[in-house]
Amino acid sequence: MADLKTNFLGIESPNPFWLASAPPTDKEYNVRRAFEAGWGGVVWKTLGAEGPPVVNVNGPRYGAIWGADRRLLGLNNIELITDRPLQTNLDEITRVKKDYPDRAIIVSLMVPCEEAAWKAILPRVMETGADGIELNFGCPHGMAERGMGSAVGQVPEYIEMVTRWCKENYDKPAIVKLTPNITDVRFPARAAKAGGADAVSLINTINSIVSVDLDQMAPEPIIGDKGTHGGYCGPAVKPIAMNMVAEIARCPQTHGLPISAIGGITTWRDAAEFMALGAGNVQVCTAAMTYGFKIVEEMISGLSQWMDEKGYASTSDFIGMAVPNVTDWQYLNLNSISKAKIDQDACIKCGRCYAACEDTSHQAIAMSEDRTFTVKDDECVACNLCVNVCPVENCISMVELQPGELDERTGETVSADYANWTTHPNNPSAQAAE
Amino acid sequence: MAQGQTAPGIVSGRLSSEDIAANFDDLHPAYAPHEAAVAADRCYFCYDAPCVTACPTDIDIPLFIRQIQTGHPQAAAQTILDQNILGGMCARVCPTETLCEESCVRETAEGKPVEIGRLQRYATDTVMSAGVHPFERAASTGKTVAVVGAGPAGLAAAHRLAMLGHDVVIHEARPKAGGLNEFGIAAYKSTENYAEAEVDWLLKIGGITIENGSALGQGVTLAGLQEAYDAVFLSIGLGGVNALRAEGEDKDGVRDAVDFIADLRQADDLSALPVGRNVVVIGGGMTAVDAAVQSKLLGAENVTIAYRRGREAMGASRFEQDLAASKGVKLMFNVQPVAVHGNGAATEIELEYTSYTGGELTGTGETVRLSADQVFKAIGQTLEDAPGELTLDGRKIAVTGAGRTSLERVWAGGDCAAGGDDLTVTAVAEGRDAAMDIHASLSA
Ligand SMILES: Cc1cc2nc3c(=O)[nH]c(=O)nc-3n(C[C@H](O)[C@H](O)[C@H](O)COP(=O)(O)OP(=O)(O)OC[C@H]3O[C@@H](n4cnc5c(N)ncnc54)[C@H](O)[C@@H]3O)c2cc1C
Ligand SMILES: Cc1cc2nc3c(=O)[nH]c(=O)nc-3n(C[C@H](O)[C@H](O)[C@H](O)COP(=O)(O)O)c2cc1C
Ligand code: SF4
Ligand code: SF4
Ligand code: SF4
Repeated sequence: MADLKTNFLGIESPNPFWLASAPPTDKEYNVRRAFEAGWGGVVWKTLGAEGPPVVNVNGPRYGAIWGADRRLLGLNNIELITDRPLQTNLDEITRVKKDYPDRAIIVSLMVPCEEAAWKAILPRVMETGADGIELNFGCPHGMAERGMGSAVGQVPEYIEMVTRWCKENYDKPAIVKLTPNITDVRFPARAAKAGGADAVSLINTINSIVSVDLDQMAPEPIIGDKGTHGGYCGPAVKPIAMNMVAEIARCPQTHGLPISAIGGITTWRDAAEFMALGAGNVQVCTAAMTYGFKIVEEMISGLSQWMDEKGYASTSDFIGMAVPNVTDWQYLNLNSISKAKIDQDACIKCGRCYAACEDTSHQAIAMSEDRTFTVKDDECVACNLCVNVCPVENCISMVELQPGELDERTGETVSADYANWTTHPNNPSAQAAE
Repeated sequence: MAQGQTAPGIVSGRLSSEDIAANFDDLHPAYAPHEAAVAADRCYFCYDAPCVTACPTDIDIPLFIRQIQTGHPQAAAQTILDQNILGGMCARVCPTETLCEESCVRETAEGKPVEIGRLQRYATDTVMSAGVHPFERAASTGKTVAVVGAGPAGLAAAHRLAMLGHDVVIHEARPKAGGLNEFGIAAYKSTENYAEAEVDWLLKIGGITIENGSALGQGVTLAGLQEAYDAVFLSIGLGGVNALRAEGEDKDGVRDAVDFIADLRQADDLSALPVGRNVVVIGGGMTAVDAAVQSKLLGAENVTIAYRRGREAMGASRFEQDLAASKGVKLMFNVQPVAVHGNGAATEIELEYTSYTGGELTGTGETVRLSADQVFKAIGQTLEDAPGELTLDGRKIAVTGAGRTSLERVWAGGDCAAGGDDLTVTAVAEGRDAAMDIHASLSA
């Protein structure tokens, strides 16, 4: 069995699966249940400054989109940070950490953008014995309007400044949680690094309206007769989160900065993908909110089975392995030529490939009287659309032509040489190939 | 109620009313909305979908399923009813396993087709239960059409003609409209008086008058109809029943399966309907299966279908065969009746084994006797009352194109016309297409 033990910023946890700061980590009761279920760590639900706690709306607080059979694909929420007194949370954190010394407990924080506020809370967090802090610069609603959360996360200078305050006033690791509600995630990541952050975690939720009630004519969830944008999370956001993680992992200025990946992680495979893109561990919220804490069992067994199959002894063996293969479009090999190929034995003759290619792609699939579908090599550009719409897995595959073979579409022989857009004659700013 | 099941002779009340009610419950029950959503999600929205090709009425199946999926079952119903005005009944009685669902690509892929029939029922039920009739008549053309027979073919033709602005009179021999939907289809396929409700709903289009008890050949003549109307559509089904040609065929307890089923369909209280203890059904089609299964559901102790050929030649689909077997009906192949024994009333049937050699079915001489206090003949229906002046094709009315007979301004469709495959849905398709052809010729 592969060893899932993970060391993230010197913090040991029995596996890389942490619960993200959110309702699952809201209080002692939940966190104890999570640890009993096997979670490697938790980021405690975000704490605010001393004083009267924030007030949540009663509800509904969530909206959702579903796939077939009502499978939850995306969740949207208008929750705020913890609405319980600070001291209650701190006492609970202290107790739980004492009982579970082998699990990671990170305390998520969001206090006003003044040094005094941070100076006041950090020593109290220190006393809990928790393993580190996460700075919540991501919350897209409610807190941002008060100059916190994503209002800070959208201004790199603030991120750097607050991070620095924390590093000066707190001895343990500080993780900066980034908001995706920006145009280029590398800027806040660089700012966090400049401020001395030990790691970044991402993504927090994405600004969203998940649905509109067409009778009440209001966005959902509706409180009374109005709704507001919420934060989007769950499986639907994973591709966005993965791109952001990869951007930070491959940016020369932030390369090597530890990353805790968050966003739509639901299975071991999701976790493995994020880790291949450079994440040292992962955090989960929606999957736990959808299925309960028990899903971590599948994540643990699935990841270790896959690692065994691949011969990885520890998670550090494969973390970041895919990063060198993430590149910019202009460096893709224009001489790599493939053709779609339909496995006639697997084909069930639904004709979706035909409709897709005929109506919206390159008219490269022929349909016969008896519903046999075949690819016309002289038209196929290998766009992969037919593969994506075919309901039968592996029925259509992309077959790469070998150097020397003829590309019937262009009439040219496939070259063994690598050539990309930067040197292409059609590129007005092409540099001469060396 | 074992006592009731083993009581000798042909008696009623073999099972309690509750058991009978449960037995005759919907064969393909209605979907709840979530079930429908899940079932609809399975459809791939195929290009030039093979299921549509397989549907005799060419319903745009991927479109109506998508309309269910997007929350508009009434629009889905419209898509169905545009092509097949008896889409509700067809959803219940079509042997989908040999039609649309057989050619569904998910049948190919997984052996589990999209449940098109049940989805069709889901859609049409919403319209029926809302009492909406989503069709309107065109302005009156002043033309009149006589339809003979108010079965699926006649009703489909009448509706289409009325919608196009013609005035339609249906002459129906029976006291009730519906044809075999009302008198023939198995009770567990058309529950809660669906056939009657559907006819009432269909007539909401207006412009259709049904004259019950008005039979062609009994007072009404084809010449008279041709005289009185601009066009005539014959849809009289197959009223006759083939003879068994076995000794003792006239004994008490031997009867036509279709008559038994008609009684059953019209019974107010099924527990009052008599059925034998040992029932033998002769035949291999849908009627045989329906008679056998319903006998069993009424509480007959032993029910056997005796078919003269092998399983593969059976008219009833494999699904129907399995349905019979699951209800406890015994299927016997390669046996033909030679005699019914008994003193006045049947007590036994004697069957001879057959073999099929050199393209001919012959008895082997070996016989077997089964206890039989009731014997149902389900060996095919034949055309009756066809006016003599019509040209026949074999034993049915000869037609060309969309139901044109040998006579001017006379069309025919459904079971009585040559060429179809004796299904409700084919009858509907033929009625509809003949109506379009009649309309074209009346508008010319
Ligand atoms: C027992 C049984 C079970 C069946 N089960 C199924 C099934 O599950 N699924 C399926 O698809 N098909 C089934 N069928 C076949 C299906 O019922 C027929 O194919 C269909 O009803 C044919 O429609 P039609 O309009 O041509 O004839 P019919 O339904 O037979 O209607 C003919 C109408 O004409 C009337 N009529 C007859 N003679 C005259 C006259 N001289 N003057 C005036 N009116 C007259 C009759 O009373 C009747 O109302 C079954 C048939 C039987 C017998
Ligand atoms: C109801 C709800 C409340 C949340 N509250 C917080 C919070 O207090 N602090 C925080 O940093 N993130 C919060 N998040 C964001 C999650 O921690 C996480 O970043 C996001 O949901 C993406 O992960 P997922 O796709 O696994 O859910 C919240 C998310 C949800 C659904
Ligand atoms: S890869 Fe694209 S172009 Fe080629 S057949 Fe498929 S859809 Fe058409
Ligand atoms: S989409 Fe796939 S299964 Fe459907 S016809 Fe094309 S190759 Fe066959
Ligand atoms: S064949 Fe099956 S999957 Fe395809 S459109 Fe018809 S019902 Fe849908």
